[in-house]
Amino acid sequence: MERTFEQAMKQLEEIVRRLEQGDVPLEESIDLYKKGMELSAECSAKLQQAEKQLVQFIDAEEEAD
Amino acid sequence: MSSAANYLTVSALTRYIKRKFDADPYLRKVYVKGELSNVKYHSNGHIYFTLKDAGARIACAMFASQARALSFRAEEGMNVFVTGDISVYENAGNYQFYAKTMEPDGVGALFVAYEQLKQKLEKEGLFSPTRKQPLPPLPRHIGVITSSTGAAIRDILTTLERRFPLAKVTVIPTLVQGPGAAPAIVKAIERMNEVPDVDVLIVGRGGGSIEDLWAFNEEAVARAIVKSRVPIISAVGHETDTTIADFVADLRAPTPTAAAELAVPDQLQLLQNIRSFSDRITQQTLGKVKQSRIDLQRVKQSAVFQDASRLYRPFVEQHLRMTDQLQQTTMRTIERVGQQQERLSLRLMHVSPVERIQRAQQQIDTIRQRILYSTQQQTTAKKHQLVNRIRTLEALSPLQTLQKGFLYAEKEHGVVKTIEEIQPKDTLQLHFYDGTATVQVQSLEKGGNHGTDI
Repeated sequence: MERTFEQAMKQLEEIVRRLEQGDVPLEESIDLYKKGMELSAECSAKLQQAEKQLVQFIDAEEEAD
Repeated sequence: MSSAANYLTVSALTRYIKRKFDADPYLRKVYVKGELSNVKYHSNGHIYFTLKDAGARIACAMFASQARALSFRAEEGMNVFVTGDISVYENAGNYQFYAKTMEPDGVGALFVAYEQLKQKLEKEGLFSPTRKQPLPPLPRHIGVITSSTGAAIRDILTTLERRFPLAKVTVIPTLVQGPGAAPAIVKAIERMNEVPDVDVLIVGRGGGSIEDLWAFNEEAVARAIVKSRVPIISAVGHETDTTIADFVADLRAPTPTAAAELAVPDQLQLLQNIRSFSDRITQQTLGKVKQSRIDLQRVKQSAVFQDASRLYRPFVEQHLRMTDQLQQTTMRTIERVGQQQERLSLRLMHVSPVERIQRAQQQIDTIRQRILYSTQQQTTAKKHQLVNRIRTLEALSPLQTLQKGFLYAEKEHGVVKTIEEIQPKDTLQLHFYDGTATVQVQSLEKGGNHGTDI
């Protein structure tokens, strides 16, 4: 199942928190970084999609009025 | 022909009639009994009512000064004893009873019946709030049971149309007063329950006297309302009129208009609600997206994502530091081991056997020299000795003897020393100093002492 935006954000924040603690082994930190960038892109995409849909709905409603 | 002067004015005629009333001693102090109806307490304190019996009725008024003296409240259906006088009310052109005293005579027959039925049904639990059915929030089909004439039907229909035109409305016109009204209402309720999609009923009528409203106090009507599958809103008379039907109905409306208002939501209000919901979810969702964007931005701007080198920089530094440490440690180790080795080799040198070996070698050499020397000495001595001996020997050698003409014989076994050793015919070797002769013994001649020992 696809994760929700909130789930992705939560994972992303967790990754940032761990990386900022600075006690992650190098390989793992690179993996985490990669994962973080993926999550960040995913979140951006989801947001854009949400915004786009929202604007469509609002436009449709205004036309209907 | 009559002239205009012969005609009375309305006021004059009325005054004349009024004087007739006022002049009649029987009408000055009248005792009358009857049932109260249409009782109205006016805000100025006067009470207006109708006194009636089975055959007649009379309009009455009691002025505030007398009304204040009453020990009870005049109510519909009460039987009362009243005293007062009769006079004409010129403005309205009617006569009126001006009551001065009023005493109750028990209560009216209808009122008793009403109280009795109310108590009976209440005991059965038919007024209980738990028995009431909920009304549909958005009714699709509303049944209306009322008179086809009168204000009630008009009020109900216009209110429904104004507030919620989406709902279908079915009206079953019925008698609502007089004989036959109660069975008609019961039948109408039953018929409405057979219409499959009717989901709320309005049953009622406009205002009237207690007799006018009486059908709604009948037990049959009350039972029909209780039995109804479809929830019922009662709307009988005015706000102050409470009938048995109102007690058993699922909801009591004070007036027919109010019943229609309670039955359906207001479409304008509904539309406004929908707009408001739509606005709220839009705002909510926009806000959510905005907040999410801010959250994401914040995370993206966190140091680790802004400068990824921060991720490995500590490791690089650590690596450098470790390399340095490793080098230094190794250098120190090598140095330490070198010093140790030097010390050891020095010590080793001190304990080395080389010197001893050299010394031993020297000793050996010395010894060897001495041996060599002494051996040479001895050898030389022996050589001299040997030469001397050889000379002596040479002097003693048989060869020397042989040279002087001696010889010796040999048989197979060796030198023959005595004649005993040989026999005639033996072969002997005769050795001369310069050769050998092989001879055969011819004869033996023992004795004589020629010969020399060798």
